[in-house]
Amino acid sequence: MLPEGMYYFSGNDASAEGALAAGCRFYAGYPITPSSELMERMAARLREIGGVFVQMEDEIASISAVIGAAWAGAKAMTATSGPGFSLMQEAIGYAAFTETPCVVVDVQRAGPCTGQATKVGAGDIMQARWGSHGDYQVIALSPWSVQEMYDLTVRAFNLAERFRVPAMLLADEAVAHLRETIKISDAKEIWDRKKRTGASPFGTDEEDGVPPMPAFGEGERLAVTGSTHDDWGFRKTDDPDVHARLVARINEKVLRQEQAIGETESSFLEDADTAVIAYGFTARTSLYAVKQLRKEGLKVGLLRLKTLWPFPESAVGRAGGCVKRILVPEMNRGQVAGEVRKCVRCDVEPLGLTNGEVVPPDAITDALRRMAR
Amino acid sequence: MTRAMEQYLRPGVKATPFCPGCGHGILMGLILRAIDQMKMDMKKMLFVSGIGCAAWIPSPHYDGDTLHTLHGRALAFATGAKLYNPDLTVMVISGDGDLSSIGGNHLIHAARRDIDLKVICANNMIYGMTGGQVASTTPVGKKTATTAEGNPYRPFDLGRLVTAAGATYVSRYSVTQPVSLINSIKKALRHKGFSFIEVMSPCPTQFGRRNRLDKPEDLVADLMERCIPEEDAEGMSEAELAEKIVTGEILPCRE
Ligand SMILES: Cc1ncc(C[n+]2csc(CCOP(=O)(O)OP(=O)(O)O)c2C)c(N)n1
Ligand SMILES: [Mg+2]
Repeated sequence: MLPEGMYYFSGNDASAEGALAAGCRFYAGYPITPSSELMERMAARLREIGGVFVQMEDEIASISAVIGAAWAGAKAMTATSGPGFSLMQEAIGYAAFTETPCVVVDVQRAGPCTGQATKVGAGDIMQARWGSHGDYQVIALSPWSVQEMYDLTVRAFNLAERFRVPAMLLADEAVAHLRETIKISDAKEIWDRKKRTGASPFGTDEEDGVPPMPAFGEGERLAVTGSTHDDWGFRKTDDPDVHARLVARINEKVLRQEQAIGETESSFLEDADTAVIAYGFTARTSLYAVKQLRKEGLKVGLLRLKTLWPFPESAVGRAGGCVKRILVPEMNRGQVAGEVRKCVRCDVEPLGLTNGEVVPPDAITDALRRMAR
Repeated sequence: MTRAMEQYLRPGVKATPFCPGCGHGILMGLILRAIDQMKMDMKKMLFVSGIGCAAWIPSPHYDGDTLHTLHGRALAFATGAKLYNPDLTVMVISGDGDLSSIGGNHLIHAARRDIDLKVICANNMIYGMTGGQVASTTPVGKKTATTAEGNPYRPFDLGRLVTAAGATYVSRYSVTQPVSLINSIKKALRHKGFSFIEVMSPCPTQFGRRNRLDKPEDLVADLMERCIPEEDAEGMSEAELAEKIVTGEILPCRE
C-alpha cells in the first residue's frame, strides 16, 4: 500500500486507497457518475499490487461477483451511485442473509431515477437500510472529508469482516469529488474474518452472534444459500423456528453493537440549546454555520453522524436530552430527520434541500436564527 | 443413482427433492459419474447454481462447496469466485429459465469472457419451480400456465447463442443419452475455458401434463424420439427437423 505520508487526493481516490490498505484484493464494478474514478483507480492499483479487477456487465453482476469472491476468501468491494445501487439491492439482501462480508460504496447523486447525474444528493439513506426485502441489517458510514473517504473505507472493511455483514460507505458527490490533503499512516487496525476448522458457518453460541467463515476450497464443503438455512447451510424452507432464529440473529448481531459501531462527533454542544445534526458534506456547511452563529452569541452546536446504520440512537438520544430543539439539514426530504425524531423528545426540524446542490451555510444559519426566536 | 455415487453426496442429505419422472435427478447422478471417472477432488470443486428446481441439483446435495445464489445470477457469482481463486474447479448447474432468461445477459457475457466455468443448463423448456409458466426455451405452440393457447414466440437456440457469444466448448444432450452426456461433461471438466452443455430434462409435472405427455414414460419416450444425433439430422428437411432436437457437439473444443 501507499507509504506513510501526506497525499493530495479526491475522495474517490482516497476511498480506493483505503480499501487497499484494509486488504481489499477484489473489485467488480460498472461505470457510473460520480463514482467511476474509484473503479478506475482500483483497476490500475489492483493490477499493480496483484489483486483481481473485473468490469462486469451491470451492477447486479458486480455485487454478485463481489459476493462470490468473498466466499472464495477475498476482501471484496464495489462502488456505484443511485441507479446502480438500486440494481444491487436484491444481492445486498443475499449478502446480509448469507452473512457475507463485503463493502459497497454508494456515491450519492441527485435522484430519483437518473435525476441529475453529476449533481449531489443524499437520497439513498433509507434505501441503504431498507432497499432489499425482508428484515435484515447493514452497516453504513458517512464520510465528510477526503480523509474520511479513506478512514471510513478502512473501517467499513473492518466492520464487514468483524460482523459478517455488508458494509456501506454512503458518500455523496461533493465529498467524492472534493480534493484535499490527507494523512496516511501505517498504524491502522485491520480486522480479518474469524476462521475455525470444522465449526458451523451459519450458527454460533458465541456471544457476538458472528459465526466463523471459511472459504471455498479449504475442504470445509460449504453449503451457502440465500434460502433459510440451518447452522450448516442446509435449506430449511418450512421450519418456523429455524427461520425465526436466523432472522433474529442476523439482526441482533448488528443492533446489539449499535454503540460500538456508532461513531459521532460533537462540536459546541456542551452548553447548546439548539443542535444541528448532520452527516456527509452537509456536516461541513453545518459546522461553518454553527461557528458563525456562535460569534453572534447563539447557543448552537453540531452533532455529526459518522455512522448512519445502525442508527446511532444512543448518541442522538443523549444530544436530544440536552437541547430544546434540533435542526437536521440534509440533501433529501428529511430521511435522517425522521430517524432523529424517533430518538428524542424535543422539537426536530428538517431542512431538506433537493436541488442538486449542497445545503449552503446561509440556509442553515437562517433556519437556526428563526428557530431561536 | 447407484450407491457408488453416494460418496459424492453431502452427509445429511436425505431424499431427492425432485418429482417422480423429473430428469434433474438423472442429471444429478450423471454429473457425479463424470466427476467420478475424472477422479476430481471434491474439496476443490465449487458448484454454483441460481434459483429453480435445477439449482437444487448440486445444492446442497453435492459434497463439495455449493453456492446457491439468486435467480439468474449464478454465473456472476461464479465469475467472482473463479477469478479470485483460479484453483477452484467451478461448475455452474442451473435451469433454462435461470441461465437464459433472467440470467441471459450474464450468460452471453460469461461466454464472451471465456473464463473457465463449466456450465450445465438443465433445460426442461419451462419454469418448473414456479408452476410451469412459459420460458425463453419453450417451443412454439407448447402450452404452459401462461400460454394456454400455445407459446406464440420462438425459443432460444442456446447452443448457437453461447457459441456466437464466445463460448469455447458447446454441446447439447438429453438425459436419455447418458453415455454421450457423461463424456461431454468430462470434456468440459478437461477444457480450460467457458463450456456450456445444454441438457434436455423432462418435466412431467409442469410441461408434460399440459402437453399431452402426462406420464413420465411418455415424456421420456418423446424425448428419445425427438433427440437425434447430428449425423441423423443431416439430409433431413426443415419440416422434419422442426420436431427434432439435434444433439451432439455444437462447438467441439480443442483437446
Ligand atoms: C428475482 C426472482 N424472480 C422470480 C423468482 C421466482 N422463480 C423461482 S424459480 C423460477 C423459475 C426457474 O426456472 P428454471 O430456471 O427453468 O428452473 P426449473 O425450476 O425449471 O428447473 C422463478 C421464476 C425468483 N426466485 N427470483
Ligand atoms: Mg426450467
